[in-house]
Amino acid sequence: MRHLILALALLATPLAALAAGGHGPGLEDANINLKDKASLQRGAKYFVNYCMGCHSLKYMRYQRMAEDLGISEDELRENLLFGNAKPTDMMTNALRPKDGENWFGTEIPDLTLVTRWRSPDWVFSYLKAYYVDDSRPYGVNNLVFPDVGMPHPFTHLQGIQAPVYAGGAHGESEGGQAHVVDVKLVEPGQLTPSEYDSLVRDITNFLTYVGEPYKLERRQLGLYVLLFLGLMFIFAFYLKREFWKDVH
Amino acid sequence: MSVETVDTAPRGFLGWLDKRFPVMAVWNDHMAQYYAPKNMGLWSIFGSLALVVLVIQIVSGLWLAMSYKPSAAEAFASVEYIMRDVNWGWLLRYIHSTGSSFFFILVYLHMFRGLMWGSYKNPRELLWIIGVIIYLAMMATAFFGYLLPWGQMSYWGAQVIVNLFAAVPEVGTELSTWVRGDYVISDVTLNRFFAFHFVIPFLLAALVFVHIVALHRVGSTNPDGIEIKKGPKGNKWDANQPADGIPFHPYYTVKDITGLVVFLAIFSLVVFYAPDLGGLFLEPPNFQPADPLKTPEHIAPVWYFTPYYAMLRAVPPIGGSQFPGVVVMFGAILILFLLPWLDRSPVRSMRYKGNLSRFFLGAFAVSFVVLAYLGLMPSTDLYTLLAQIFTVVYFAFFLLMPIYTKLEKTKPVPERVTS
Repeated sequence: MRHLILALALLATPLAALAAGGHGPGLEDANINLKDKASLQRGAKYFVNYCMGCHSLKYMRYQRMAEDLGISEDELRENLLFGNAKPTDMMTNALRPKDGENWFGTEIPDLTLVTRWRSPDWVFSYLKAYYVDDSRPYGVNNLVFPDVGMPHPFTHLQGIQAPVYAGGAHGESEGGQAHVVDVKLVEPGQLTPSEYDSLVRDITNFLTYVGEPYKLERRQLGLYVLLFLGLMFIFAFYLKREFWKDVH
Repeated sequence: MSVETVDTAPRGFLGWLDKRFPVMAVWNDHMAQYYAPKNMGLWSIFGSLALVVLVIQIVSGLWLAMSYKPSAAEAFASVEYIMRDVNWGWLLRYIHSTGSSFFFILVYLHMFRGLMWGSYKNPRELLWIIGVIIYLAMMATAFFGYLLPWGQMSYWGAQVIVNLFAAVPEVGTELSTWVRGDYVISDVTLNRFFAFHFVIPFLLAALVFVHIVALHRVGSTNPDGIEIKKGPKGNKWDANQPADGIPFHPYYTVKDITGLVVFLAIFSLVVFYAPDLGGLFLEPPNFQPADPLKTPEHIAPVWYFTPYYAMLRAVPPIGGSQFPGVVVMFGAILILFLLPWLDRSPVRSMRYKGNLSRFFLGAFAVSFVVLAYLGLMPSTDLYTLLAQIFTVVYFAFFLLMPIYTKLEKTKPVPERVTS
């Protein structure tokens, strides 16, 4: 019995595994809703317009996305398909991997599964954590992903954020990003902070959908399976009890 | 009596078949007239559940293999193709990945049941040994299968494990190269691992068959550890069969079906609502394709291997060689083979053994779980120390067994099973 309890306790300790993996300290709750189709559609639009120049979604098909998100084929062709891309194509881009490496010093990752090897909270927090850092090639650094190669894609929308150092001191003289504990907005962008949050939330929501497009279907089917098993259990239980009357 | 025999002889197609193949004899010997103790209780169910999961794994695996591509260039993408473009592919894959973890959970519980009931003792030594071979075959299958998704953890996990062979003195480097078929884990390795992952489960199924044949030769044991065959004869169904026995079918079949439904509900909760179980069943780094140039910050095998991985890391290298750690790790598994001869107790079940046996079994179970946890975590000084302590506890359970089972005072075993 003790072993059973401990085994169950072990199963309930994924927190430990999480601490070792995707989630870092101080990530903000992305608070997304996969059932919010309007948010997913906005997220798709933002992603295709802002991100897909560099980041592909190479395991995701346009058509599947359009169907799941309630986007008609006309809308898809008009707003989301560029160049000679077809609805049945994967969501790739024309960037050559070598170019990406030359420009940003590192391979540009495909983002189909980013919410699964990071987490939705990570993506949400990351997009909010850029700050000014003159020591970096693009003049910005990131609190969630220190020394990231990617420039801030939304400076014009979010505005400019400055680092907040531990103990409130100016950290430049010590020169390490390790002392940055927070960021604060010093120059507003085109969006208010809450508008920017919802933009980032829509993108995170969309990427979470892309990471597991069948997630809602999975939960729905699970309900039917469990209901069926519940019914089976009633029959099995009474059958067993009836038979075992001979034994007792 | 003779009239009755004529009446029960099968007619029609079954009669035709039975003349040519012993359908009725097999059915009776192993189901309808196989007498199992009537008091087996809850813990007896894990063996049959494990058998069901083996079938689930073989069937879901066969269908996954129809769309999977065992090549370094295509493996990762083919898994995502299964998850997205193959009808019900996501379900097959989650069933298969969840099944592998549950297979180990069930087998660990099944083995623990064996430890509690003393199921390895005379005359069931061979039954236990076949079981340990099954466990080894399972571990091999799981290890080969874990490379197939070709994610970062697949790749680096395999790299770490295959490198263990390199720790063997003299021939180590050649040996690890021979296992991989290359100097690093590569396309060649993936291909051969796929071949092994596909074929070993059939060997496993054959071993399970042998395990059941051996079980039915010696008979099932029970929480009292009493040999019902040695007790009085005569029950409701047969005057010559053990008084404390009941036919496996229908009594244990209906019982196991009830348990199976409960198990499938728990299984479904994971498949449909938490297939990665917070990173324990499917690890986050495995959602990134394998990159031979980028080592992940923290490499850990899947949870069911981590007790042994923790032991491996706990043993300090001697003369710069990891070999002692490798010996300890494999020793921890192979020592299971000796168990039937380490237990010197006159009684079988934990119910009638003394407090020392109970204490050591408890300590063993705790050490296994703690080591599993430590193996998942990055090593720190404290964790390494803990891993060393619990490795000692793990081995103490086995190595001190001849002493403590002899020393302790056992309780008297009743004549008949208690219910």
